[in-house]
Amino acid sequence: MNWSERISPTVNAIPPSGIRRFFDIAAEMKGVISLGVGEPDFVTPWHIRESCIYGLHKGYTSYTSNYGLLELREEIVKSLYNDYQVTYDPKQEVLVTVGVSEALDLAMRALLSPGDEVLVPEPCYVSYKSCVTLAGGVAVTVPTNIDNQFCITADQLEAYVTPRTKVLLIGYPNNPTGAVMTREALMSIAAFAQKHDLIVISDEIYAKLTYDGTHTCFSSLPDMRDRTIVLNGFSKAYAMTGWRIGYAASNAAFIGAMTKIHQYTMLCTPITAQIAAIEALRRGESQVTHMVTEYNQRRRLILDGFREIGLECFEPKGAFYVFPSIKSTGLTSLEFAEQLLMSEKVALVPGNAFGDSGEGFVRCSYATSTKNITEALQRIGRFVANLKK
Amino acid sequence: MKELLECLERDHTQSPEQLAVMLNRPAPEIAALIKQFQDEKIILKYQTIIDWEKAGVDNVTAVIEVKITPQREVGFDAIAERICRYPEVRGLYLMSGGYDLSVTIEGASLRDVADFVSTKLSTIDGVVSTTTNFMLKKYKYAGVIIDDSEEEHRLVVSP
Repeated sequence: MNWSERISPTVNAIPPSGIRRFFDIAAEMKGVISLGVGEPDFVTPWHIRESCIYGLHKGYTSYTSNYGLLELREEIVKSLYNDYQVTYDPKQEVLVTVGVSEALDLAMRALLSPGDEVLVPEPCYVSYKSCVTLAGGVAVTVPTNIDNQFCITADQLEAYVTPRTKVLLIGYPNNPTGAVMTREALMSIAAFAQKHDLIVISDEIYAKLTYDGTHTCFSSLPDMRDRTIVLNGFSKAYAMTGWRIGYAASNAAFIGAMTKIHQYTMLCTPITAQIAAIEALRRGESQVTHMVTEYNQRRRLILDGFREIGLECFEPKGAFYVFPSIKSTGLTSLEFAEQLLMSEKVALVPGNAFGDSGEGFVRCSYATSTKNITEALQRIGRFVANLKK
Repeated sequence: MKELLECLERDHTQSPEQLAVMLNRPAPEIAALIKQFQDEKIILKYQTIIDWEKAGVDNVTAVIEVKITPQREVGFDAIAERICRYPEVRGLYLMSGGYDLSVTIEGASLRDVADFVSTKLSTIDGVVSTTTNFMLKKYKYAGVIIDDSEEEHRLVVSP
């Protein structure tokens, strides 16, 4: 029997993640320096871990409300107001989810009917287009490139919008490019969304990791609050990837619809993670500042290193990735990544893992020690120099 | 420049050029600042933290609570400065509470520590009493967790 024929055609049609192949190769090798890790190299600050342990001692092991602990939702609402002056009702307009990944999936499933189109700027996080497909929608790729700082413009989006377009999915600061969009640029995107009556899903998981400027929350733009589903979480800013905790904030109708799916699939987010998240929001800011300062120092180091090597590198303004162009080497991003791994034992991620627009680039995470960054840059420099011989 | 000092405290082996890139300042400025900090004794010393136990060197460390009689005009300082000069003394702090000085000393053996306390420390004029506490195990020193068992658990490549 051909078992793969029994699998849903929708699932069969989704290609496996391009990152997976590298993990399999790199995991077997010894002495690899990895710039391929998309998560903080800090462990969760101790006071956050401790609050979870204390919660367990006190017997917090039960289900919570589908929406999440009200205490946590109140803290989320407070932080959104303090950071961006946008207000939400903690009782109906915030849903605590199992990471931003679940929030994204819920948003897509709550909004899309079969055939509905979603505008997705590329290069983008590996899950975006697949989440659209799994929800029955059609992901319409909007390419960005180094010339426009990996940002979208309203004019550009006009070329891709159709009567079936329902959602615009954006993620700034961006994984993998580190691009951020200015408030002015986002204002024009907001006008575009309004003109075409689109819903905007804004993944702001890297919001706190913004350098040389402040982050603009999309829903804080005029008239955008009820048109926007803000997704955010604790993974990146608080080094809490493994806790799997995120949230969505929007109007009560959207959040209610997402909660319906959530209650039948996840039921609720683990209470232990929710307790830790409350502590993160209440007392975690100084730790975030400390981590962001260190990421910023490493960002400058790696950017300078790539420019010395002679690879064109767009200056990232957020997240913890650089996205240098490897077009001058004459290799595809996959060839570059594979050959670098084999000859110099440096793992990074080929740009095409983030969509066709990422071809010709590689993603390097600087969420690793300065020592590792320095050593990796030396190895990459040697590799590139050998290619030119 | 607090950020530079923090970088140096974390890892003083980084070159001024590397620090300059990280802090977005010109390298000569960073080199000059480091020299200035050294001249002004803001940077006192570059030190390596060693887990001596793991290195197979068995030292005895004691924290001694010392009560002293403060002296006219100089208070506790004159006696504290005298105690500081002994090479066995690794740390010395003026404390509030039940005693006046906390003296950390290191010796090769219990006998060394006992000799120091009985023949040198206790006999200083103005020292009223001493209470010797032997350190059994170091868990954290100078902000560094000794024998930190937290490991890197991240996958080599992740989204």
